[in-house]
Amino acid sequence: MAEVAKTVQAPAPSSGGAAMVWRVVSGLIVPTLAVVTALVLGGVVIWLTSGGFGAPGEATQKTLAAYQGLLDGAFFNERSFSETIVATTPYILAGLSVAFAFKGGLFNIGAEGQYFLGAVSAAWVGYALPLPPVLHLLVALAAGFIGGGLWGAIPGYLKARTGAHEVIVTIMLNYIAFLLVDWLVNSPLRAPRSSAPKTPDILDTAMLPRFFPAPDRLHSGILVALFAVVIIWWFLNKTTLGFEIRTVGANRDAARYAGMNVTRIFVMAMGIAGGLAGLAGGVEVLGLQHNLPAFFSAGYGFDSIAIALLARTNPLGIVPAAFLFGALRNGADLMELRSGASKQIISVVQAMMLLFVAAPAIIRALYRLRAPKDAVKEAPLSRGWGG
Amino acid sequence: MDLDTIISTLQAMIRFATPITLAALAGVYSERAGVVNIATEGMMLSSACIGFLASLYSFAAFGQAGPALALGLVAALLAGLLLALLHAVVSIRYKTDQIISGTVINILAVGATGYIYRAYLATGAPTSPGAFPYLSELPGIGLLFGLLEQIPLLGPILFRHKPIAFLMLILVLVTHYVMFHTTWGLRTRAVGEHPKAADTLGVNVYWMRYVNVLVGGLMAGLGGAWFTLEQVGIFTPNMTAGRGFIGLAAMIFGKWSPIGALGAAALFGLAEAIQPLLQIFFRSFPYQFFSMIPYIITIIVLAGVVGRALPPAADGQPYEQA
Repeated sequence: MAEVAKTVQAPAPSSGGAAMVWRVVSGLIVPTLAVVTALVLGGVVIWLTSGGFGAPGEATQKTLAAYQGLLDGAFFNERSFSETIVATTPYILAGLSVAFAFKGGLFNIGAEGQYFLGAVSAAWVGYALPLPPVLHLLVALAAGFIGGGLWGAIPGYLKARTGAHEVIVTIMLNYIAFLLVDWLVNSPLRAPRSSAPKTPDILDTAMLPRFFPAPDRLHSGILVALFAVVIIWWFLNKTTLGFEIRTVGANRDAARYAGMNVTRIFVMAMGIAGGLAGLAGGVEVLGLQHNLPAFFSAGYGFDSIAIALLARTNPLGIVPAAFLFGALRNGADLMELRSGASKQIISVVQAMMLLFVAAPAIIRALYRLRAPKDAVKEAPLSRGWGG
Repeated sequence: MDLDTIISTLQAMIRFATPITLAALAGVYSERAGVVNIATEGMMLSSACIGFLASLYSFAAFGQAGPALALGLVAALLAGLLLALLHAVVSIRYKTDQIISGTVINILAVGATGYIYRAYLATGAPTSPGAFPYLSELPGIGLLFGLLEQIPLLGPILFRHKPIAFLMLILVLVTHYVMFHTTWGLRTRAVGEHPKAADTLGVNVYWMRYVNVLVGGLMAGLGGAWFTLEQVGIFTPNMTAGRGFIGLAAMIFGKWSPIGALGAAALFGLAEAIQPLLQIFFRSFPYQFFSMIPYIITIIVLAGVVGRALPPAADGQPYEQA
């Protein structure tokens, strides 16, 4: 075990300070260019769909208004910055979930379903289980983690035991989760005397405290998210279990040969990944919504994949990537209002970012960049159906 | 349960199996050539949207439903082809992880169709030309299908269909013939099993992969057209609801063979077709649990057979020419 650790970890420490800085900077080039290129192409799409060739001046004005609106909505209007952080919070946790699964060689497309299970568990503990102040919040957060974690562990177990590919299983579990939560919120957990289907409001003792008086909504969920980032980074890089997860992710057969229990690692990796996504749902309920309505949210599943890839599955990189997505999500409304361009264009821009990050060769070809010389063969993020 | 109910349920089974089978055929072409394609969902969603949009605007321009629907179908096929080309270029030329590439296309499809929906369809859209008629109501061949429908039992089950559902049955047979009884099929399978050996024997690996992924895109395009042009005659966001992914499960369950995939898709189609019956029999049971059935079956099928169903050996691996 220790022997393997030495040989696998050998290339990791860098030679010196300057080399380290260069590694970080060169690692940022492709993601940055990917983001910029996608934003420019998004502008082109807005320009074209605003009648670009017919009335070029007007279309240009509209495109500029769109991006000005995006910036104002994300940062410069009253409370915009608070709202951007509020939107960033679940993105950090959901992105961390996908990135963590990638480290174990697993592709978690199920963050959305895990998110809902976490949200409903936290909401139930929040309103139905009266507990003393601090303890109640902790138990409710734990419920969110466990709800999502159990939902996430299912595909891990099925993959390890039967070979069922986690991509399809997690997607199917997403649909099942929507229907399950829809039923829960409409029947057994429905708030009495409420016109719209939703759970009762959580008790004050389970609420994540807010930083500023209303109407500002910035809540302490961001601290939970940042704490999770640090814990996951430490867990992956400084513990034996984290090392085992990374080894299974890099080379399953070698890990098995070294005596690691791959089944256990799969279940644990997907369980923790699911737990993080569930925590995202829990934090959203305990900090922001204070109850769980039907059709609560959508889009975390795919967005979290984009965030994880943009961060190159590095837990610390998740924070800026999630912040970018939070700002885009938060600024989109004002963008639509100011320019009339549908805010769905943001998803198109995000998909393009993801494409460019996933296929760095395209960005390198576009900007005539050379491939990194010391091309350390990166571990594949996912494989075909076979493994 | 009387005979008429059984017949109409089996008919609905084939109808609901149509997009699932077409998604599975898209997967069969692509994966037999060694390219994993989880983008069928996004391809179908885009085709459903683009096909519908084209049918609306050509109906507004020409005022005739038939040609408008035909143009819509062409547009849907082109949309499938275009996304397949993107998948092919990114995964064959740029050698990107194929599951990531497929996921990108799925995300792109959700965003782009949502954008188109909000910009052109949600408000102020022209009137829809409706949906495809039954084959027996078509001019010309309608007479033939009118007769075929009269065959007892099998007639209504196999022939009382709209064009895409029936075409799906034909395409299953065609794909089976192409894959297992032609040189093209042999080369496709060779490229998917052992590209290096195929290359050595003078088969152009890249060309075979490109063409098969593109043919798969046409299948997905047809599957997408089923939703808007054949089944309901309107587009709603995310209306494909996982049928592309279920199609992949059907492909795996059918061991990457077209006829096997049809059988598996029929199982999923049946799960959907019996839902109204179940809801009548178990009136007090929450409907959400019946709606879960196809998704649960998909998981059971995957967990039950994947270990024994071997994918093409080079499935998912980019080919690097020496």
